[in-house]
Amino acid sequence: MANLQEGGSGEHIWSRRNLLSITGWLAILGALQAGGIAMVALLFPRVLFEPPTSFKAGQPTDFTVGEVSEKFMRSQRVWIVREETGFYALLGICTHLGCTPRWLGPENKFKCPCHGSGFRKDGTNFEGPAPRPLERIKIARADDGQVLIDKAVVFRKELSEWGKPGSYLKFSASGAA
Amino acid sequence: MPDPQKPTEPSALDKIFTSTVWRSIFRHGYADTPRNRVLQVSANVWLHLHPSKIRRHGIRYRHTWCAGGLTFLLYLVTVVTGVILMFYYRPTQEYAYFDIKYLDFDVPFGMLMRNMHRWAAHGMVIFIWLHMFRVFMTGSYKPPREFNWVIGVTLLVLTLLMSFTGYLLPWDQLAIWAVTVGTNMARATPLIGHQGPFGPELGVTPRYDMRALLLGGTIVGPPALMRFYVLHCIFIPIIVSILMILHFWRIRKDGGISGPL
Repeated sequence: MANLQEGGSGEHIWSRRNLLSITGWLAILGALQAGGIAMVALLFPRVLFEPPTSFKAGQPTDFTVGEVSEKFMRSQRVWIVREETGFYALLGICTHLGCTPRWLGPENKFKCPCHGSGFRKDGTNFEGPAPRPLERIKIARADDGQVLIDKAVVFRKELSEWGKPGSYLKFSASGAA
Repeated sequence: MPDPQKPTEPSALDKIFTSTVWRSIFRHGYADTPRNRVLQVSANVWLHLHPSKIRRHGIRYRHTWCAGGLTFLLYLVTVVTGVILMFYYRPTQEYAYFDIKYLDFDVPFGMLMRNMHRWAAHGMVIFIWLHMFRVFMTGSYKPPREFNWVIGVTLLVLTLLMSFTGYLLPWDQLAIWAVTVGTNMARATPLIGHQGPFGPELGVTPRYDMRALLLGGTIVGPPALMRFYVLHCIFIPIIVSILMILHFWRIRKDGGISGPL
């Protein structure tokens, strides 16, 4: 590209030819970069047509104390656990590689069929390759009193998020929320 | 033999070969000269995957196992059968699974084409490993062939990616869970995965990260099927084909198949 005869006089840093050449190449690189950015942006649509992340799970009194409810497992991949003092909801996605664990009632644990990860009833991992506890998701009361679950808001135990508001729904059978 | 002096009527074939239509398609006939015969051989890429001179061991089956050549043959099988499958398969949530059933049970030779595609793909992966093992054991990765080894490893990875993207297309439980597991690994990609090193620190979210790029969303759904289909049928095969050409060309340029140690 460089033209030594024109640029060799020392009066100018770049010859006219070199300047035009560099400008041209910069323009080409810029266009390629813009095209690359556009291509990446194109792969992230503004709107996703995916199922809604929140759902109503019925009245709190529908659940039995001490039970892991699998009522919404098939449709929503969510377990709702009723304790003496309230509720928490666990996401049925193994923290190892995303399979669906199963609730084994007699053994009082969640067990993943893919690679054998095991989780206790509160979601804490204790066996197999899963590196962290199951994720809890937002649980609250809707205006009509139903239990409202939002899978988009997760609470992770290893980040000390299980105590945060929304991770646990206080409720006692006497009716006081 | 007809008398050469006597002008003969042009035969029906001659009339065709001298017609305007024929001449517009084939400008001139093939001159069977020694030069053209040599050119036919020397300009033919298939006859020149090997150089014009080859050492004795290069064609000995036990030296190469023909593993690289068989990998290429199986690739051609997957390309041909894959294109045939594309006549019936629609990569959408509604149709994908049933088109596979249709191919298996209602299309003549559909099951054969599908199984050929599948077994050729399996065979391709197996023969790549054998090829790699042979190249390693004969020391054929050493200079001046080190760059061809790099191209070969790239081809191995791309072949595995073709297998992985093809795995989703039947859209059955096996496919969905395999791809769920596979793409969940992309969550942990450094910098561009929302659970990878420095990912959350850079503000990468599940909605905009490497996994969402692969899946076209946050779940293994219809957009993922379409993306994997395009990657499987267009994107990766084109790159693989280009790299294969480079791979074969480099064998010649690097001095042919390496000798026994």
